[in-house]
Amino acid sequence: MMLSVARAATTADAFNAVAEPRRRAILDALSDGERPVNDLVHALGMAQPQVSKHLRVLREVGAVEVREEGRQRLYRLNGHALKPIHDWVKNYEQSWSERFVQLDAVLEDLKQKEQGDGSDE
Amino acid sequence: MAVTSSGTATVTLPADDQILITREFDAPRELVYKAWTTPELVARWWAGERGKVTSIDIDLRVGGTWRFVMEANEGFEVAFHGEYQEIVPNERLVNTEVFEGMPDAAALDTLTLTEEDGRTQLQVLVQHTSKEHRDGHINSGMEDGMQEAMDALERVAVSLR
Repeated sequence: MMLSVARAATTADAFNAVAEPRRRAILDALSDGERPVNDLVHALGMAQPQVSKHLRVLREVGAVEVREEGRQRLYRLNGHALKPIHDWVKNYEQSWSERFVQLDAVLEDLKQKEQGDGSDE
Repeated sequence: MAVTSSGTATVTLPADDQILITREFDAPRELVYKAWTTPELVARWWAGERGKVTSIDIDLRVGGTWRFVMEANEGFEVAFHGEYQEIVPNERLVNTEVFEGMPDAAALDTLTLTEEDGRTQLQVLVQHTSKEHRDGHINSGMEDGMQEAMDALERVAVSLR
């Protein structure tokens, strides 16, 4: 209850980039290390144009970086670009934790009152 | 697993349009429910450390409404309201929730309280209905592991701090 989760909706931010499950699958696959496209195509069972399309979106928000090595293009995860998501969740978690610490105090009072009365209010 | 009475809230994202908040309390669930649904008690915890509660209205019946208002530390007012849809005292409470600063983005909240050995496990599942989230769903055509993804992202983000 009462959960402010407001954030700006833009097309090119990390939140939108990870809203698509196949893009998350790509990020997961890259969390183990750098991989060429063909490797991703094989690992994820998606068509190559599809993988390339998703990689493009991920590159636009900086979540994925690419480098050339010989004839191969190697993709890697850039966790910094995903930090807004992490921070957003953590901030939200923090505000609930603060709230619940206060709720602990309320519950302590209620417990003591019950014991004092010897009955439920 | 070690349990403390002042543990932190755990926030997970079970699906694209859901948020799940969990926390254990060292009190029976009747008391947690009471603290959650009694205006003068809600006033004592709801603002956390982020402001001061200025008004709590609760009409606890199906179809009844609630409205919580706080003045944030920064000086502005933050208000939420909604309607109760399902009430099982001490166990389950379903209500809509609208942040008045973003009136189009309504959510449906489900509070679930379970008790074991005098301790209460609290869960709040927030189901979003905003277009942004819904579109994410339609496009995805599947509701798989946002949580796993979040875990992976979190590992990465933490490792890069």
